[in-house]
Amino acid sequence: MEELDVEPAITNIPAASDGKHLGFAWGPGDILAYETLYMAPGMCAKGSGCSFIHEVRKDEDIYSPILRKLFNESHHIFVGLQTIREDLPSKNKKTQFVSISKNYRSVIRACMEELQQVAASVLVLQVSILLAIELIWNLCEVLFIDAAPAGPLLLHLLDWVRLHKGDVDEKAREVLQSESPAEHHDYWDVVVSYVLQGRFEEARQMLVKQATLQPAARNMYKLMDTLLSKMPFYNPGGTQTLTEFDVKWRHWHEEVDRCLQDNSFASNQHLEIICKILVGDEDTLLEHKELLSTWYHFLVTRLLFCHPTVKPTELHYYAQSCMTMFLDLRSVPEPLDSILLAAFEFDIHQVIKDCSIALNNWWFVAHLTDLLDHCKLLQSHNLHFGSNLREFLLLEYASGLFTHHSLWQLAVDYFDNCPEFGHVYLELQIERVPLDTERKALKVLRICEQRQMSEQVRSICKIMAMRALRNNRLGSALSWSIRAKDAAFATLISERFLQDYCARGTFSDLDLIDNLGPAMLLSDRLTFLVKYREFHKLYEENRFSEAAKLLLSLITAKIAPRSFWMTLLTDALPLLEQKEVSHSAHCALHCGFGHDLCFSGRVQLGEAELKDNSGTK
Amino acid sequence: MESVNAKYVSQKISKTRWRPVSHSSLQQPDIFATGSWDNEDNKISFWSIGNHGSSGMDEGFEGDPQLLCEHKHDGDVLDLQFLDQDRIVTTSSTGAVTIFRHHQNSQTISVSQRWPRVHRYPCDNAPCTGVVCSSPEIVTVGEDGKIIVFRADQEGVIRVIENADSSTIHAVTYLRTTEILTVNSIGQLKLWDLRQQSNSPSQILSLSGDRLPLHCVDRHPNQQHIVATGGQDGMLCVWDVRQGSTPFSLMEAHSAEMWEVHFHPTNPDHLFTCSEDGSLLHWETSTHSDMPSFLQGGRNNSMISRSAMAPAGGNQSLISTWLSGDSSKGRLETTHMLPSQTLSVNSLDVLGQCLVCGTDGEAIFVNRQVPV
Repeated sequence: MEELDVEPAITNIPAASDGKHLGFAWGPGDILAYETLYMAPGMCAKGSGCSFIHEVRKDEDIYSPILRKLFNESHHIFVGLQTIREDLPSKNKKTQFVSISKNYRSVIRACMEELQQVAASVLVLQVSILLAIELIWNLCEVLFIDAAPAGPLLLHLLDWVRLHKGDVDEKAREVLQSESPAEHHDYWDVVVSYVLQGRFEEARQMLVKQATLQPAARNMYKLMDTLLSKMPFYNPGGTQTLTEFDVKWRHWHEEVDRCLQDNSFASNQHLEIICKILVGDEDTLLEHKELLSTWYHFLVTRLLFCHPTVKPTELHYYAQSCMTMFLDLRSVPEPLDSILLAAFEFDIHQVIKDCSIALNNWWFVAHLTDLLDHCKLLQSHNLHFGSNLREFLLLEYASGLFTHHSLWQLAVDYFDNCPEFGHVYLELQIERVPLDTERKALKVLRICEQRQMSEQVRSICKIMAMRALRNNRLGSALSWSIRAKDAAFATLISERFLQDYCARGTFSDLDLIDNLGPAMLLSDRLTFLVKYREFHKLYEENRFSEAAKLLLSLITAKIAPRSFWMTLLTDALPLLEQKEVSHSAHCALHCGFGHDLCFSGRVQLGEAELKDNSGTK
Repeated sequence: MESVNAKYVSQKISKTRWRPVSHSSLQQPDIFATGSWDNEDNKISFWSIGNHGSSGMDEGFEGDPQLLCEHKHDGDVLDLQFLDQDRIVTTSSTGAVTIFRHHQNSQTISVSQRWPRVHRYPCDNAPCTGVVCSSPEIVTVGEDGKIIVFRADQEGVIRVIENADSSTIHAVTYLRTTEILTVNSIGQLKLWDLRQQSNSPSQILSLSGDRLPLHCVDRHPNQQHIVATGGQDGMLCVWDVRQGSTPFSLMEAHSAEMWEVHFHPTNPDHLFTCSEDGSLLHWETSTHSDMPSFLQGGRNNSMISRSAMAPAGGNQSLISTWLSGDSSKGRLETTHMLPSQTLSVNSLDVLGQCLVCGTDGEAIFVNRQVPV
């Protein structure tokens, strides 16, 4: 086994007494633990054993009602993704993949918003996990799926940062709603935050308010406004090439630098700070750690003002240095930080691996890996065991779903899309679904039949049929054996009917036997039962010649069980007394008995009667 | 025009029903009830879509169903019907029948009456699979093959027809005020006259081929002899209970079990079916020769319809267009009403212009502009 990446987490079982040895058993998604009687040497007997079994579950998320929506909605998106046609040109496919990625993210956001509304303290952790997940997914979308080149790359990264720093808008709203916005204590924070995020329009609008308050410094504000309005942003749809943009940007950068050297803003400390930010002064940026709040915001801001034409391959240099500059030397990088860094390094496998370790649920990595696999971004290296990475993660996720009493239905579609092992996993798992009602059994059966899992079909039908038989529901049992085309079981049921008849002298469940139609051909015994009942009906209706013919065919076809031969004999006797029975049928019956039946004394009795009758005829 | 949005509700929906609106007002329905299944804790819930009569609200997220209140339910909700404006009857997989009352003022639900374990085997509970009511009478059927008649507000049961069926009875509906119709898992339609004391059906109809289970049944609102059923193979059968013992027309509808079939209550030229294969079909029959022009959106499939037998001779105008499966005498158009690739649609209900359905993907779809 390879070495562990992290130390295994320890879970305490509070209800278990101290010092006792625990035994355990693995379940599909959880562990059952129990106290054993084992006594370490030196311990004394501590009274009777505990009668509890503890269930330890790793994944709590699938039992959260709000997160369930995440699983259902993402299942819908997943199924849609699998049906994207392979033959589309790659450009169309890319837009589709990006839109699917956005769908996934909007589902995460919707869940997050709902969790936030519930506002219970327990859920704060879940909200922050979802926030992190969406952050990572968004970055993966920008870097891997959209794969923007230099130029648009920075714009996408700006969008990314703006999306995940929502408190700026809140603060701005607060400031704007106050009586005198320009004098609000958060005013300059808002302006600087806007500048740090590259939102110059909003920054300029805010500055106008300050400018009106200080008419004396009007020129300064005008200058700042000009600088802000003239900053070039790359236009991906435009005709300008990247080089032209770069030249323009450098011109602008020099102009800002000149303003700084000229001390144009020296009299106003705030404007001076903004000017330094515009020029990309790292120290000034680092002074505003609180407003930036994260190293990746610092990274994007730094790129915006130092190197807007950054290439994707250069990102990781900047990322590493920004992270080092921003974080204290003492603080340990959090899992999120290392995941983001791995993303900036375009190390997809590391991202997936770190996420798998950090999260307790396979949902995120399974869906992200599947999407990346569709974008053909994962090298198809096979793992030491099983198949490729995508299939492995999907199988893990789906197996986790299968342990849920309700979400197992979603897992079926995931297994369907795992070409190598999905079918086998499904076969093993589907047999474990408890079948409380017929309706559930029908749904499970439909799943099995659609995938040609005939063994499972037979086994489920047999379970349901046995249950029905035990409850004396012969019609239900028969309908299950018809579904499974289980001739042996149909024979069993027919025997029950025949036994009932022998015991009581009448048939039960006539509505069933009289109306079976072609299903009666499923088994010989069943056919016999139906025909025998038909014989009785014909007899009751006094259609004796037909009855005789039927009885004869029943005997000659030899589908009657041995135990019934005597009964058939006895049934034949009254027929022989009927005048309507034709002579030929009469003789045939006679011969039939002589040939096939060999009960000793009884047959002789029958033959004696026959001789009697034929004598009188 | 996509006025269908999915609302994810964290429970698999087994039944949805609109609360009845009074016939005098022309209001569209605004409240529906749902029951869940396959949960450790099942629930019944009441939802509102906020239709306030004539205000022409545009579709969109304003129309999202809002949860009004919910209540725990013991066992899967296998069937659900509105008894009157405030009460619903539910049947459970534990064999119990319960009446819940919805208190509109406080938006709470309370158990009004309960008959536990009415459907059972000698040593076990039997799921109660269907209910139909015509206040105050309630009739239920179950996997134990019994038909049980209750009266709301009366303790105990009024009548039990033991061994009404040797197989599971899947659904029940009223044919006339004293006659009911049941369908079972060996493909038989049975008519019962409740005025008679005998324990056997007055008529048995069945399919002439394989005896596949029938899962749902609905009667034409105006012509009481016309009945539609759906079964395991997804075929829609229309029967005339006065004539013959086999269906009048068979139409291929779905590729898996059909769970519910409903005639539109006021516009019976329209029929709706939903199925395990995740589709919900809107069937429309018309005797006009030109194509109806209001079919918008969704996928349009003219289904092949086969007559099981030619319509009996006589006055053509009296024979409902449903029975004349021959497409030259009328047109039959079907439309898919849901985006494709949903899990099984377990239940649907239609009233006025509003349609609601629930799926195994834990989603509810409400369409407020059904073209009828």
